[in-house]
Amino acid sequence: MLRFIAKRLLWMVPSLIVVSFLAFVLIQLPPGDYVTTFIATLAASNEVVDQTTAADLRARFGLDQPMIIQYLKWISGILLHGDFGLSFEWQQPVSNLIWERMALTLVLTFSTLLATWGIALPVGVYSAVKKYSVGDYVVTFLSFLGLAIPSFLLALVLMYIAAVEFGQEVGGLFSEAYVNAPWSFGKVLDLLHHLWIPVIILAASGTASLIRVMRANMLDELNKPYVTTARAKGLSEFHLLVKYPLRLALNPFISTISWLLPNLVSGSIIVAIVLSLPTAGPLLLQSLMSQDMYLAGAFVLLICALTLIGSLISDILLALVDPRIRLE
Amino acid sequence: MTDIAISHVDSRQLAVASQWQLVWWAFKRHRLAMAGLVVTAFFYIVAAAPGFFAVNDPSQQNARAAYHPPQGVHFIDLAADGSWSVRPYIHPYALKRDPQTLQAVYREDETRKSYIRFFGTGYAYKLFGLFDTTTHLIATDNKSEPLFLLGADRLGRCVYSRIIQGAQISLSVGLAGVLLSLTIGIVLGGLSGYYGGRIDFAVQRLIDFVLSLPSIPIWLALSAALPHDWPATLNYFMITLILSLTAWAQLARVVRGRFLSLRTEEFVTAARLDGASEWRVIFRHMLPSFTSHIIASISLAIPAMILAETSLSFLGLGLQPPTISWGVLLREAQNIRSIATAPWLFAPGAAVVIAVIALNFLGDGLRDAADPYNK
Repeated sequence: MLRFIAKRLLWMVPSLIVVSFLAFVLIQLPPGDYVTTFIATLAASNEVVDQTTAADLRARFGLDQPMIIQYLKWISGILLHGDFGLSFEWQQPVSNLIWERMALTLVLTFSTLLATWGIALPVGVYSAVKKYSVGDYVVTFLSFLGLAIPSFLLALVLMYIAAVEFGQEVGGLFSEAYVNAPWSFGKVLDLLHHLWIPVIILAASGTASLIRVMRANMLDELNKPYVTTARAKGLSEFHLLVKYPLRLALNPFISTISWLLPNLVSGSIIVAIVLSLPTAGPLLLQSLMSQDMYLAGAFVLLICALTLIGSLISDILLALVDPRIRLE
Repeated sequence: MTDIAISHVDSRQLAVASQWQLVWWAFKRHRLAMAGLVVTAFFYIVAAAPGFFAVNDPSQQNARAAYHPPQGVHFIDLAADGSWSVRPYIHPYALKRDPQTLQAVYREDETRKSYIRFFGTGYAYKLFGLFDTTTHLIATDNKSEPLFLLGADRLGRCVYSRIIQGAQISLSVGLAGVLLSLTIGIVLGGLSGYYGGRIDFAVQRLIDFVLSLPSIPIWLALSAALPHDWPATLNYFMITLILSLTAWAQLARVVRGRFLSLRTEEFVTAARLDGASEWRVIFRHMLPSFTSHIIASISLAIPAMILAETSLSFLGLGLQPPTISWGVLLREAQNIRSIATAPWLFAPGAAVVIAVIALNFLGDGLRDAADPYNK
């Protein structure tokens, strides 16, 4: 088991290096750099920047060096000092801007994951056990609908209903009183109070596909002879379900985390932009629009790294549950 | 399943039926999938000739029709003498200003009628981009009274016609993107599955890596890199390319799995011993035996593509106006104030949902039908 974990951990290293390079290349791609954007903004307000000032600015931000040097500087700063560079737009170290937002993103994604599993597991089992019943058809219909509705559309519709029918603003993760307040017990309660709306919106599509997975897994197991044997021995129906087929059907279910997680993170970014949540999404979009490269890069890097770590954890979990995988 | 599913078919026919015949028989039994096929076909027909199905010119702005509400169509025409006939018509709306708030108020003018004609004349367009024509499926007989089946947007453009025009881009992005990712997927998945060994290992790691990345941040970063002044067609092509960059991995995984399982089959060994070239073994012997499976995977990948384009354009980083796609249309519904005054701006969203559901059902049915071992 330890060998397995060690091997998987070793595999993480090249993946993380590739991710970091990818993030850096991505933010380097746009033609021009931050100084070009900066000059354009100044020009819009009739301020002219001459060539030497532009060159000075480039030299100060290190934008005049070859890309590989810029990358090495960037990545060594992160690894050695936890320094993600300076956000051009905010004139602040990137690390001041991102950590709280990344933490909230993590909270949002993790809660959604729990909600997705919490809903999909019982509903999927029910749907399989009562195959072709009215309930099963309702669940199947709802899950197809959940798969087809883009999460941002669901967010918009919910916002519309809340605004028009109930006269409430949906958006943000905190009440006005707590937005800038330091962390306290009250703020956490307030967060929980606001969190459920984005969680439901985000969980919709993931839950829908997981229900399909769980239903198919259970249907495969339910017809096997060991179920009949257990039933013949007089086990109660509930006990029988939980003890045997559910445990086997759970394996593919756990392995879904490796694709569920990237989807959740992707979805959370769009939903966060629509609902203007104080998570990574809106700031990432804004920084990309204004080519604030270190800020955007830090977000892309952290989001991708988190997802990789998440799938590593799911692999380890899977190995814990299923001995066949460990032996491979 | 074959013998249960197609029990109504004569067993002599069954014995000589081609694989496609079997797939079609199995597919026909799947009612939801058939419904999906019909709806999908309808959508693609509309997308092929949007001008014919549109009512108003989708780019035509109309200052007198900003946020014009959807018009109700009346079907039974009561004449003055009390007799009636079935003839669809609308009452044109009159624009009034609220004297206190100066807000635009549209009221149905019940004294006037504007009849709807099938195959009537409307604005000029090019059918399939080739023939100049003015014939539309439906048109009002009075051209000065525009017909807004689904209302109008902020600039008084017809939402219904724009949805129909947007279908062309949104549905074709799905097709083009999937074809592109299929090409990459078949090449890489095929290489990996056919040769195995080190190539397989490398491609496998690459697929795992791509699949474990959240696609939206990468798409956002890539499309933010596109210059805004590029022509619409180039922009469109780049967006499809960006979407396929992460979508190929799923298809490659499917192709690889199929190649791996077929590699050791007797008929492949036989072909190789016969001295067939590698090219011929792959394309003549192996590929045909899982085309049906690939088609099923494609039809499941298209809706995902459509959703991706919609989300990207909605965020303002995908296709740019004046290009019309469903995602671009949904940008109009972005702020709460405009959707509170004009809830019909959600209509493009309904089009997305219907198209995606139909394609999902179609793909599901195809997958079941294409699998010869399906129970």
